[in-house]
Amino acid sequence: MLQGWVVVLASFLYLGVLFAIAWYADRRADLGRSLIANPAVYALSLGVYCTTWTFYGSVGRAAASGIGFLPIYLGPTLLFALAGFILFKMIRVAKVNRITSIADFVASRYGKSQLLGGLVTVIAVVGVIPYIALQLKAVSNSFSILSSYPEIIMPAAAGAVPILQDSALYVAMILAAFTILFGTRHLDATERHEGMVAAIAVESLVKLGAFLAVGVFVVWGLHDGVADIFARAAAMPDVARRLASADTPAAYGTWGTLIFLSMFASLLLPRQFQIAVVENVDESHLRRAVWMFPLYLFLINIFVLPVALAGLLHFKAGGVDADTFVLTLPMAHQQEALALFVFIGGLSAATGMVIVETIALSTMVCNDLVMPLLLRMPWLGLAAKADLSGLLLEIRRWAIAIILGLGYLYFRVAGEAYALVSIGLISFAAVAQFAPVVIGGLFWKGGTRDGALAGLAAGFVLWAYTLLLPSFAKSGWLPDGFIAHGLFGVELLRPQHLFGLTGLDEITHCLVWSLLANLGFYIGISIQRVPNVREARQATLFVGGNEAAGHSGWSASAGVADLLPLASRFLGRERAEEAFLRHARQRGLNSVKELPADTRLVNFAENLLTGAIGSASARAMVASVVSEEPLGIDEVMNILDEASQVRAYSRELEQKSRELTRATAELRDANERLRELDRMKDDFISTVTHELRTPLTSIRAFSEMLHEDPKTDLEQRTKFLGIIVSETVRLSRLINQILDLAKLESGRAEWTVTAIDVDEVIHEAADSLTVLFAEKRVTLDLAGLQTGLTVMADRDRLMQVMVNLLSNALKFVPTDSGRVRVGADGTANEVRVSVSDNGPGIAAADQELIFDKFRQGSGGTDVLTDKPQGTGLGLPISRQIIEYFNGRLWVESSPGAGARFLFTLPRQAGDNGKNS
Amino acid sequence: MAHRILIVDDEPNIVISLEYLLKKEGFDVTVATDGDAALHKATEFRPHLMLLDVMMPKKSGFEVCELLRADATMADLKIIMLTAKGRETEVTKGLALGANAYITKPFSTKDLVAQIKTLLA
Repeated sequence: MLQGWVVVLASFLYLGVLFAIAWYADRRADLGRSLIANPAVYALSLGVYCTTWTFYGSVGRAAASGIGFLPIYLGPTLLFALAGFILFKMIRVAKVNRITSIADFVASRYGKSQLLGGLVTVIAVVGVIPYIALQLKAVSNSFSILSSYPEIIMPAAAGAVPILQDSALYVAMILAAFTILFGTRHLDATERHEGMVAAIAVESLVKLGAFLAVGVFVVWGLHDGVADIFARAAAMPDVARRLASADTPAAYGTWGTLIFLSMFASLLLPRQFQIAVVENVDESHLRRAVWMFPLYLFLINIFVLPVALAGLLHFKAGGVDADTFVLTLPMAHQQEALALFVFIGGLSAATGMVIVETIALSTMVCNDLVMPLLLRMPWLGLAAKADLSGLLLEIRRWAIAIILGLGYLYFRVAGEAYALVSIGLISFAAVAQFAPVVIGGLFWKGGTRDGALAGLAAGFVLWAYTLLLPSFAKSGWLPDGFIAHGLFGVELLRPQHLFGLTGLDEITHCLVWSLLANLGFYIGISIQRVPNVREARQATLFVGGNEAAGHSGWSASAGVADLLPLASRFLGRERAEEAFLRHARQRGLNSVKELPADTRLVNFAENLLTGAIGSASARAMVASVVSEEPLGIDEVMNILDEASQVRAYSRELEQKSRELTRATAELRDANERLRELDRMKDDFISTVTHELRTPLTSIRAFSEMLHEDPKTDLEQRTKFLGIIVSETVRLSRLINQILDLAKLESGRAEWTVTAIDVDEVIHEAADSLTVLFAEKRVTLDLAGLQTGLTVMADRDRLMQVMVNLLSNALKFVPTDSGRVRVGADGTANEVRVSVSDNGPGIAAADQELIFDKFRQGSGGTDVLTDKPQGTGLGLPISRQIIEYFNGRLWVESSPGAGARFLFTLPRQAGDNGKNS
Repeated sequence: MAHRILIVDDEPNIVISLEYLLKKEGFDVTVATDGDAALHKATEFRPHLMLLDVMMPKKSGFEVCELLRADATMADLKIIMLTAKGRETEVTKGLALGANAYITKPFSTKDLVAQIKTLLA
């Protein structure tokens, strides 16, 4: 019953069902009741990672090298399980920036560079074409094997069939038509395809079901469980050997390489990026997918080894390609329905991959390659054309057809030289080149457009030279001399032993050189200069996540009149008007016409266009409306302005920081001074306390004794009361002087300044002390007084100074033989007064100390045994007064020869001497 | 036999009051008015107790106290520091140097006598 037409009919029926599912999901999406807003659907759609390469190829690889098929699935498992945060960040960044493809992602990250987007697109297209070829090969092979049922005949070599009889050509054409129907029915603003995602999720279920069905049939239908298969396999030395993986360093290296490669592939392959990032409905779905997707990978691989071993056991004679065991085992046991199911499963794997991959690639080709080129050709008149949305769709359709055509071409040219797995790995190595710029771009702000361009270009060239060209050469399409002898015969340039590197398999060898050059150039060129303003802004958006959303740098503005027609040209009139109306409503306006011509509107329009034609093209198009040139003088000025603002700001910051440092130092000094003053104040208070307590001690002691003993005899009583009275007087004087000094020091003292006759003041002071001098029988000699000396000062204060100096002298001269002489004379500028005594004199060390508060003569010397009367405040007060009138007060003395106190007062007083 | 007490202070009126007070209580009293005289009289007069002012010419009360406490022959001498400086650190310093008590001026005559009698008991 499995004639060709049955198989074809079943295939079309299946595709028809898929299309119906897609159509239904699209309708549901339009009604706002999404079918795919569900983490399970998201995880299943990620299963697009498993292509025919998995479906047929895993068994083939397992038959050849045991568990060698595993690393391709361990990579994504590790990535999702351990590094989900990278994917999470990619999704978030892509949503904020309305990223439509991996090329758009890279272009946008490095300053919306059209050149970079174009390069990524070229690499992606060239890199993925072998992978598409692989799907064509698998579908066409499985079709021809199935149609020859009940015989099992391996299909002819790819290039051997005349082109019009080659089923692969028809497969390619059908897939192209189907993809065009799926992916380019309309241009969506968000560039998401809900219908496609729903269909892909169903396909994932179908291929998983088919593979599990084969597994169950082989394990329990043909054998008695897994153990049975392994036991039989172990009995055959030829088969058993394959179960042990090769135990060499190179083999381990290969494992590592494959895990590494597949890890990046599951993130960076255009279709993976499309499904995982662009088509993601809700980033929270990823939380579930991080375990559901690895679980899917586990399930679809669980029967690989048993089926491979069963195939080897069954087809002992050889002649059957291990890649076809999944299909040929059911056929060999006349399980027609199962064989057809397997074929449909394989078809699912192939169509899923081809649809998503080519849609993703066609978007990239259109947005990042063709549109930028067309828009640069003014003679096409595109800028004037009213509606470009039709053109965009047309470009995408052609891109799909051409990509599948190229895939078919590669299949014809190189398809037979490699097993399925090896072809897939060539593609994996190509997309691994995106890893530095994508992952670096997400986590490092220093990357620049030039660095990304250089890195990608270097990696791509080395990939092509070490992997792609040899694949052409091995299939005879290129002369293979350069593989053996190197380019131009230079041994060092042998593509698979570049610079003499040997001992690695070709994939690892390619990866080592291409990623080394890629990373080296990316980082090396990037650090040559600081990112410019546009790169830095995008870096903030990508590295800093959506929290750091900056403005897009438009300083100019444009109105609805310009922007709506622009958007209509790419989105179609209806869709554009709808979007503008939504925007107007969001801003609380009733109609599109009320929208003001401001930067917010320009940003909105750019965003809208980004969804349709990619960030770089959208920027260029909006620029053409906002100003005449894509890089107008306004924008350049704007960028310069921003840059200079940033620099000015940083200069300001530096200056502020310097000022702060200075202020801190000043504060520290001030604090130090305050601390010193505080210490001095403490000492002063402690001394004042001491001076106050001393007279109080006598007063209290005598008062208590008199109080206790009323019968104290009269003589004693009189003596004690005399002491109490004199100590009270001492205490009062002390308090007055302290208050006086405090007043003088704080500048609150009141001064009455008049012209004073110095000679008169001295006589008055001497008169007030006559009695005391007489009591001690001390001579006071006023003969040395010059008359007519006048100064501007406070009369009472000057009296205070004279009385103080005279009574000090009297205190220290001996009774009877004491002699005090007063002199006064003047120069043109000042008046000088001196008071000399024949007392014990003052040691040089003490001559300045006596002017300190509470320091009295006698301190450390033995000139005095008796403590002198007095408070120790007289000299400090006198000095304060003299200095207030800009004079000086000092002492000249040598011990044993008396002391001579002198002060001067200027005749022309300063400000303080002015009559107030 | 009456206890011997040495009064050391440079303030004449305080000395007069202490001398009168203690003589009336029946003690044998001698006076010194500076640090050096205090040490000299301590050796000569062999007092049982010393009232010692801190702020004095020549040697401070702290120095005198320290020197006496370093002298083994003076081991039995009781020392009461008597000073107008009443700050906590000075009290601590005096006691640390070996004074038996520390009394702040102005003092109550009754308390002083009681303190002296307690120490000599």
